[in-house]
Amino acid sequence: MTDPLIAVRNLYLTYADETEALRNVSLDIHRNQVFVLFGPSRAGKSTLLRLFNRLSDLIEGTQRRGEVLLAGRDIFAPEVNVSALRRRVSMVFAVPTPLPGSIYANITYGLKLAGVRSEEELGRRVERSLRQAALWDEVKDRLESSAFALSGGQKQRLCIARSLALEPEVILLDNPTSGLDPISTATVEESLYELKARYTIVMVPHSVQQAARVADNAAFLLDGELIESGPAARMFVHPQDKRTEDYITGRFG
Amino acid sequence: MSRQQTHKLAVVVLTAVAAIVVIPIILVILYVVWQGLPMLSWAFLTEPPRNGMTEGGIMPALLGTIILTFGTAIVSFPLSIATAIYLAEYAGDNRLTRWIRMAIVNLAGIPSIVYGLFGLGMFVLFLGFGTSIIAGSLTLGIMTMPVVISTAEEAILAVPQQFRTVSLSLGASRWQTIRYQVLPHALPGIITGIILGLGRAAGETAPILFTVAAFYLPELPRSIFDQTMALPYHLYVIATQVPGMPLQIQYGVALVLLLIVLSFTLVATLVRTQMRRRREW
Repeated sequence: MTDPLIAVRNLYLTYADETEALRNVSLDIHRNQVFVLFGPSRAGKSTLLRLFNRLSDLIEGTQRRGEVLLAGRDIFAPEVNVSALRRRVSMVFAVPTPLPGSIYANITYGLKLAGVRSEEELGRRVERSLRQAALWDEVKDRLESSAFALSGGQKQRLCIARSLALEPEVILLDNPTSGLDPISTATVEESLYELKARYTIVMVPHSVQQAARVADNAAFLLDGELIESGPAARMFVHPQDKRTEDYITGRFG
Repeated sequence: MSRQQTHKLAVVVLTAVAAIVVIPIILVILYVVWQGLPMLSWAFLTEPPRNGMTEGGIMPALLGTIILTFGTAIVSFPLSIATAIYLAEYAGDNRLTRWIRMAIVNLAGIPSIVYGLFGLGMFVLFLGFGTSIIAGSLTLGIMTMPVVISTAEEAILAVPQQFRTVSLSLGASRWQTIRYQVLPHALPGIITGIILGLGRAAGETAPILFTVAAFYLPELPRSIFDQTMALPYHLYVIATQVPGMPLQIQYGVALVLLLIVLSFTLVATLVRTQMRRRREW
């Protein structure tokens, strides 16, 4: 087995009000797979996800112990360029959040900040990322219109395209289908199969069913602790821990 | 009394109270317009006062007020907006921040004559600017800062938090996020605050009394270290210091001053509604 792309080692996180969000979490995420973090609310899934690109820095007063390694390097080391990290590990949020401005401007925003100047290159990346997010055909004739004019599902695919444009290594999906109808959800889920050929995807799913549909590997979290993790094919069929089994079969949560 | 009757009575009483508040304002405006309108003419606006100010126009005072308003803008905006950005985006919840906020709240409550005295002590005498446009602009600028800071900060905080989070998650630095995702959307609110602040600056007498305003100076200032006449002070002078002053001229000046201040408010309202309409979210 190759080295993991993301390695979490004995991670603890405590919020300012002293609630323990994560307790001694360790896990490995390998390249080109969909890794799902599932569990009931307040299990620490989103907290863990936001640590991977250090969006957790925005919350004041958190205390952290343990390491998160990206390709073997500690992402919390002082010399790490956080902007560069967030381009490598990109995030798509639960609520589709276009930025005010055109579709084109949304996708090129991060690229321009990263120093991509050539209009030709920008245009190429816009088309490629929109194609990858399965949105190109719907918006190719109106790239200059407002991103707010899109439907909910289109907005979310725009947000995915916006992340893809940065050509990240990892895409973090925080319950990306929470506000979407079943058809839009299916579109987003389908796109994951193609995306994982190029990227590594870490996702907090909408439901256990979604987790089972999309995951290659999965980790079950409960009250900030990692209960078990492993290949989805085993996790969702023969969970080893009683608590995982109870959750999957709908006995709580 | 039935519940319906109580309700009706409440509506009547509240409407009456609201009317009582509004009526004096309307009366003041109508009275000034009625008394001052006959004086308004191109000559009144473009000629200097003559014959001990009992004849002629108000050109030096009008121009002086316009210059002072610009000066105030130049002093106040950069400082106020920088402060607002700091408070809204960078300041932590600590003692320094609380002190700054307390200072701003207190600044807003200081009587304008105290600003005038401070300007006299600080800019006119200590820094040696003399009674000058620069001393007056600095004094007015400081006076307007609390209003501009508060409105600008509110406007910045009103920009949805998720725009910041998304921007940061796309690799933007904190400053880039403020520059590209926060300030553009906060601009209508910031501009409103600026215009309201300027409206206040244009109408104040006390802060310019000792720092810039000339009693009578028919020629125009040549540099920022010169004195200038200004409308509010001019009105004060001709209303109280010049015997035998025709009442009409006084109301003419009052009307011009009123129109200037009202036009600031009007422009502020227009800017805000226009930019709100264009907002996408």
